[in-house]
Amino acid sequence: MTAAAPAPAPLVQVASLTVDFASSSRRRAPRTRVVRDVSFAVRPGECVAIVGESGSGKSVTARTLLGLSGPLAHIEADRLEIDGRDARRFSEARWREVRGGTIGMVLQDALVSLDPLRTVGAEIGEVLHTHRIVPRAASRDRAIELLRQVGVPRPDERVDQHPHELSGGLRQRALIASAIAAEPRLIIADEPTTALDVTVQKQVLDTLQRRVDEGSGLLLISHDLAVVAGIADHVIVMRQGEVVEQGPAAEVLGSPREEYTRELLAAIPSRASRGFRLGRTEDGSAEPLPARAVEAQDTVLEAEGLRKTFGRGRRPATVAVDDVSFRVARGETLGIVGESGSGKSTVVNLLLGLTDPDAGSVRLAGEPWAPLPERERRRRRSAVQLISQDPLSSFDPRWTVERVIAESTRATGVTGSAARDRARWLLERVGLSSGVLERHPRSLSGGQRQRVAIARALAPDPRVLVCDEPTSALDVSVQAQVLDLLAEIQAEQGTSLVFVSHDLGVVHHVADRVVVMKDARIVEQGDVDDVFLRPREEYTRRLIDALPQAVSA
Amino acid sequence: MSALDLARRPRVDIGADGAPAPRAARPAPPAAVLVSAAVLAVIALFVVWPGLFTSFDPVRSDVANSLQAPSAQHWFGTDRLGRDVWARVVYGARYSVLIGIAATAIGVVGGTIIGIGAGLSGAFVRGRAGRLLDEALTRVIDVLSSLPAILLAMLVVTFTGPGIGNIAVAIGIAGMPLYARVVRSQTMVVVRTDYVAHAAVYGRSRAAVLTEHVLPNGLTAVPVLAAIDIGTSILAVSGLSFLGLGPQPPTPEWGVMLSEARDILRIAPWAGIFPGLFITATVISVTVVGRWLQRAADRRIS
Amino acid sequence: MSAVAVDAPRRAGVHPILGVLARRVVSGIIVLWATATVAFWTLQLVPGSPVDILAGDMADAELREALAREWGLDLPAWQQYVDFLGRLVVGDLGQSYVQQQPVVSVLGDQLGSTFVLALAAGVLAVAIAVVLSTATVGRARVRRGVLSTLELVFVSVPVFWSGLLLLIVFSFQLGWFPAAGAGGVRSLVLPAVTLALPTAGLLSQVLRESMERTLTEPFIVTVRARGVRESLVVWRHALRHAALPGMTVLGSLAGGLLGGAVITETVFGRPGIGSISLQAVSNKDVPVVIGVVLLAAAVYVVVSTLLDLAYTLADPRLRGGAR
Repeated sequence: MTAAAPAPAPLVQVASLTVDFASSSRRRAPRTRVVRDVSFAVRPGECVAIVGESGSGKSVTARTLLGLSGPLAHIEADRLEIDGRDARRFSEARWREVRGGTIGMVLQDALVSLDPLRTVGAEIGEVLHTHRIVPRAASRDRAIELLRQVGVPRPDERVDQHPHELSGGLRQRALIASAIAAEPRLIIADEPTTALDVTVQKQVLDTLQRRVDEGSGLLLISHDLAVVAGIADHVIVMRQGEVVEQGPAAEVLGSPREEYTRELLAAIPSRASRGFRLGRTEDGSAEPLPARAVEAQDTVLEAEGLRKTFGRGRRPATVAVDDVSFRVARGETLGIVGESGSGKSTVVNLLLGLTDPDAGSVRLAGEPWAPLPERERRRRRSAVQLISQDPLSSFDPRWTVERVIAESTRATGVTGSAARDRARWLLERVGLSSGVLERHPRSLSGGQRQRVAIARALAPDPRVLVCDEPTSALDVSVQAQVLDLLAEIQAEQGTSLVFVSHDLGVVHHVADRVVVMKDARIVEQGDVDDVFLRPREEYTRRLIDALPQAVSA
Repeated sequence: MSALDLARRPRVDIGADGAPAPRAARPAPPAAVLVSAAVLAVIALFVVWPGLFTSFDPVRSDVANSLQAPSAQHWFGTDRLGRDVWARVVYGARYSVLIGIAATAIGVVGGTIIGIGAGLSGAFVRGRAGRLLDEALTRVIDVLSSLPAILLAMLVVTFTGPGIGNIAVAIGIAGMPLYARVVRSQTMVVVRTDYVAHAAVYGRSRAAVLTEHVLPNGLTAVPVLAAIDIGTSILAVSGLSFLGLGPQPPTPEWGVMLSEARDILRIAPWAGIFPGLFITATVISVTVVGRWLQRAADRRIS
Repeated sequence: MSAVAVDAPRRAGVHPILGVLARRVVSGIIVLWATATVAFWTLQLVPGSPVDILAGDMADAELREALAREWGLDLPAWQQYVDFLGRLVVGDLGQSYVQQQPVVSVLGDQLGSTFVLALAAGVLAVAIAVVLSTATVGRARVRRGVLSTLELVFVSVPVFWSGLLLLIVFSFQLGWFPAAGAGGVRSLVLPAVTLALPTAGLLSQVLRESMERTLTEPFIVTVRARGVRESLVVWRHALRHAALPGMTVLGSLAGGLLGGAVITETVFGRPGIGSISLQAVSNKDVPVVIGVVLLAAAVYVVVSTLLDLAYTLADPRLRGGAR
């Protein structure tokens, strides 16, 4: 990576960048400092990654390089140079030349980052026209060529399609094609692989790596340390607007100096963290989790031959779940992994009795559970509870926390002051103060909301807790706290957990046994170490290979 | 091995775990809203206490004084029959406003019932029957929306003759589709939300889910919609009266006044300008206040 | 109900556009049939009978019977209903009670004039709305405030009053346009402008709000990051997205245009469906009134079918697609 020749001139050079946001466009509106004293440079052929959790200011920093911070931003810097020129003095017209021409931007989730009403070719063409790269007549051919460069198969067909007609990975690569169409020397990628399956993520990262190898600079923004580890040359760790640590990737990720970086790395769940808390103690050591008792003979939940199809009338039906069977023992954690479209969401609905299967059955503690008329199921509902990915949408938007939890306690016949006491006890158990009772979930942070959801789910003392991607939308550190909490509760109450996730690391950390799903069927199941370390099936192997390189913690 | 993929949903923006988000200060209503509220207050006084504003009789003719330009004695001048225009405007407020409110009420009640029926039909009635019910009710909404208020009123009046009640009903019926559509789509969304599904996980009965979740969340848009719709109703009432389908002369309804003024417009424009001005002012004020209420309601949710 | 959104992949419809068209036509026929049925049976329930209207002052029993027989009014109600539907299918709207002519010819003469007015007003309204909304989108607060106040005024002013005001200013004072009649383009201007304003105001609001919402979407960031000029961001991207709800609103406004045309014609003394139907109402000429009502329903059905089609064409996401 480091050549003997002198390093090429940096594409962007930033020194002491500070960004404030005003709360409104009025002259004296109060300002909040969002980025403080950030300095870095990106050179051609180099990948610089900015990592941080939400609120770290990483995206804001990236946007200042394009002048896209918005009208409420106030930017100051000792140095802000793009391609050698002082960007602090840029006019709007000058910025427009930079955007797309000198620096290209790739955002996350191309489904919402590309205009859904226009074809992929038109979107790429817009860049070509704006920067006058080719005459109009030649733009379609150039777009096809660009799609080919980023590895989109059958580009001559794809160029006339709309974003929703492409799969997630192809869409993202089309987005990259539009970002590089004017041959910018620097690419800024802001969470480019979020919302993508693991295997697809690998393809997108490879595409970006190729650009770097060909001489472009890459500024990668991500919260995902593993993704960053595979591709970055330099890493900048940001927290709440400030740089915590920065340096060569191997140093920052391999032997971090700062405590925050160490905590961040330690909080990543994996096989290595199994049985230990993800949140570190004061002296930085890993504390073991309380032991769990698994009664392998006592089956608490059993699915047999489940099958569910969707689609009505004459249209051919979609099979969402096909011949799925597994069991969950008392005190055990069963992980269900799969990419999107694998059917795991439908399995969740079936386990909860929210839809009935077309074939097969679910048994709860030996008794029939699904298919069953709702009135016969109702009395036993307290035994199976749910934690969803987005807690906010699982709360009635008009209710306070107290009412939200009360809905669940009421189901066990506890009302009035006894219900409030129980709610307070539950909140304490999940680490929240009882002052939260009067608050609206909207005013709580994501981690707090998920704890409220857990408290609510625990109210009826369930035997099985179904967790559907419960930490996927949380920051790493918050995820660590929530996973530790779930482990504690499990050890105390002996609750069984069905943990559905597409994140193999998390599953490896929490689960005893795992089920791998693909295209509505179970591909492989068994002990979690067996399946992940010694996979028998081709698909499982591909999944594990696609994971970004391990980060040595 | 480790991986930290984020799921398909966009990331939830979370602050540091612990610090509560400061509650946004409720802004004072802008000047336009205050002015509009004041206008509405005045109109309301016109309705309940017209005698406070004028001593002239709005209905009795005084042909000797006809077609007088606005003056100190007759602030808005007099019309063809010598009646004081200002007095007629003041006394006329009650017709437009009260009939407008009545018509909106009819629309709200009818439209909401249809909307709830259609929105819930998929969830509460299984399978094909549910979809058919929704289709049927949507057709009903379509039929109602195919006729603008004016034509519907004309149909009703042909059969029953002109009058206050008839046009209130006609405008009300023509206004139902607005509420029916909004309530239908909102209830459909609510029925499919996560929190309604979670209620099932706690074993709540369908009736409980309906009363505690679906209705309160499905009908949130209605009150504010109705507030703004009163303006539309007032326009419809005066329009129908203008055409002669509503209250008949000598009732000082604002629309009737305008139709009487049409023939004498060249020589006595004041007879036409002022009633229309008051209709416009009332409708604008209702709309401004209504929209502000809507923004306030939206702010409370987000 | 499911707690978790399930991603059932959408299959490409074989003929998505034909499918929409077919469904719309079927539902349109149902709507027309329902309207006709409601109109017919309301008539049956009303006190007093058509015979009274036809006979006028004549009290002679024999004459009334003869009249009843001639108009088929002595047949049982069900029979009359079936005959009524049968006639409708062939396009025969019956005979006017008062004018001794088929309803179709009574209406037919006037239809053109009203149609021209409504169309002119509609086109003008769309043009004004597009200009007004693109001028105010995302602009400085003052300009935005002024123009959105203008929208508010457009929507709140009663059509009959604005028509009268325009008459006073442009016809009486300035003498630029005639005050009444249907002669040529000049007599179309004032009525068309009057009729267009409320629709323009409402449409402009919808377009602007929709464009402003679109401008906060993530893909706009991508577009700006390409170096596209802000005005093009609005015209090329935001407007197209706003056209979708705009079309939906336009559908419901079409009925309003027809109703407004009735009033406008009265204000400006223009011949058209408006004056005919008002006359029919006061004369209790039921077949003509029913004829107008059915005509309005038919217009609504046609317009909403066309708009549904346009919507499917404009939004490629509705056409499904292969992956």
